[in-house]
Amino acid sequence: MRTLKKTWQFHVMLLPAMIFLIIFSFIPMLGIVMAFQDYKPWLGITGSEWVGLDNFRYLFERNDSMQVIWNTLIIAILKMIFNLLVPFIFAILLNEIRKAAIQRTVQTLVYLPHFLSWVILGGILLDLLATDGFVNQILGSFGIKPIFFLGDNNWFRFTVILTDVWKEFGYNTIIFLAALAGINPSLYEAAEMDGANRWKQTRFITMPSLIPMAVVVGTLALGNVLNAGFDQIFNLYNPLVYQKGDIIDTFVYRTAILNGEMGFGTAIGLFKSAISMALILVSYRLAKKWAGYRIF
Amino acid sequence: MYYKTRGYRIFNIFNTCFLILLALMCIVPLLHVLAVSFSAKSAADANLVGLWPKQFSLEAYKKTIDNPVFLHSIWVSVKRTVLGTLLTLLITFLAAYPLSKENSVFKGRNVYSWLFVFTMVFNGGLIPFYIVIQKIGLMDSFWVLVLPGAVNTFLVILMLNFFRGIPKELEEAALIDGAGHFRTLFSIFLPISLPSIATIALFSMVFHWNSWFDGLLYMNNSKQFPLATFLQTVIIQRDMSSMSVNPKEMELISQTTVRAAQIFIGAAPILMVYPFLQKYFVKGMTLGSVKE
Repeated sequence: MRTLKKTWQFHVMLLPAMIFLIIFSFIPMLGIVMAFQDYKPWLGITGSEWVGLDNFRYLFERNDSMQVIWNTLIIAILKMIFNLLVPFIFAILLNEIRKAAIQRTVQTLVYLPHFLSWVILGGILLDLLATDGFVNQILGSFGIKPIFFLGDNNWFRFTVILTDVWKEFGYNTIIFLAALAGINPSLYEAAEMDGANRWKQTRFITMPSLIPMAVVVGTLALGNVLNAGFDQIFNLYNPLVYQKGDIIDTFVYRTAILNGEMGFGTAIGLFKSAISMALILVSYRLAKKWAGYRIF
Repeated sequence: MYYKTRGYRIFNIFNTCFLILLALMCIVPLLHVLAVSFSAKSAADANLVGLWPKQFSLEAYKKTIDNPVFLHSIWVSVKRTVLGTLLTLLITFLAAYPLSKENSVFKGRNVYSWLFVFTMVFNGGLIPFYIVIQKIGLMDSFWVLVLPGAVNTFLVILMLNFFRGIPKELEEAALIDGAGHFRTLFSIFLPISLPSIATIALFSMVFHWNSWFDGLLYMNNSKQFPLATFLQTVIIQRDMSSMSVNPKEMELISQTTVRAAQIFIGAAPILMVYPFLQKYFVKGMTLGSVKE
């Protein structure tokens, strides 16, 4: 079949996508040389002074940037844990509901926040979590003093993690529900015969069947260890909570875009991208090894 | 059977109540905003509004609609969503076809695949990207909202996995009958790919409608902002300068109710397409997880 061998059409089909990838992905990658420069916009990449690893040294010597890396790690890792744990439990509980109508309604409602942007949700949360807001009024009726959720360094991380789980747990449940639907019903029938109660069935059939999926989700999330959620933090934070709530991405935005330290900003970005890439590669390898997962 | 035992029945009652409570927690904040947006200023300022409007009023919506900057931002958002989605659909559809071929059929496939995957794994970071946007003259242009996000590797993978599920015989028959690959793609693959195309369109629409950072970063003139960016500056940064109201009018209208009305208008299109989203996105989410 000669026609099959005519691959020029394939190259033409890929051309538009490649043009966009080159302009918006590959050329910016070349821009990482700025990480080794004292970049000045009026001198450009060719004219700016080379400073070697100074930007990176500066990154590790500055107290604020170390604090920012630390904040990012803590927030991202806690989010990863709870965004795995809560959907895992929620899926099992939801699966126990036998009335299809209730099950479907609950699903419909919990998936919703995932599709709203952090601008919308941030706007809602700023009002709800204010010291005189809805949540504090409810807490107040139990005699709890108003909590400044978004302006108190002791509460900010907690609030960020809780609201992120609130937004995403429904959506993250989908994948576990799919795995639950795939469990062979005869396993439960056999357990029933042997006199196992529902908890025992859950403990010894349901949970072990979900573990491979949990491993895949958990490993694939590893690449996000330096992604603490720019959209969320940027829309919820304020200078009062920079100490505990400022993360790499918001820090880059302020130092580079607002203060013009372009070289330094690129260096932090490169630091983040490089570590993320290493983690993604490792995690895909692990996911493939442990659970036979393959994406491409 | 286990579900007839007393213990399980008690558990079931508690479990159902608990899950319904959780589900309500996901929707109550939105209902609260809706109630505030329809309430009078005095009730909203005194934090009296719960989940039902107090002293029903349309004042907040009137003020919002009266603001030309707000209306223009909706127009910008609609434009970027429509154009951005069409562009993404075309590029994704074209690129996924060759990538779905076997290596033996399309020799260059591996190289292309790696290029795509590489962009998923590594990026230059915010600053070099910003400089590129500056250098190619997209700063302050409407197209900065459409072009940079046009290729999304995730969507390409979604599409190509669908193509792989199409029986080979269909394509072979078309090729034997003398159709080229373009003809095959558009006359044979396009009609049967509509569900996947709908999925990609929905993902892309939500992405565009919700994107706010690009507007903030690349546009200096707040009059050209898309809605999401406008809302970010007004609701989050509480920057009332882009609201065309003089201080006297400001007194008349409570900021709380106007904010609530704007939040709700911003969320409304997502709520409208939500039934379709729910129908299609499960596919996208479980992609790659249930493969041989």
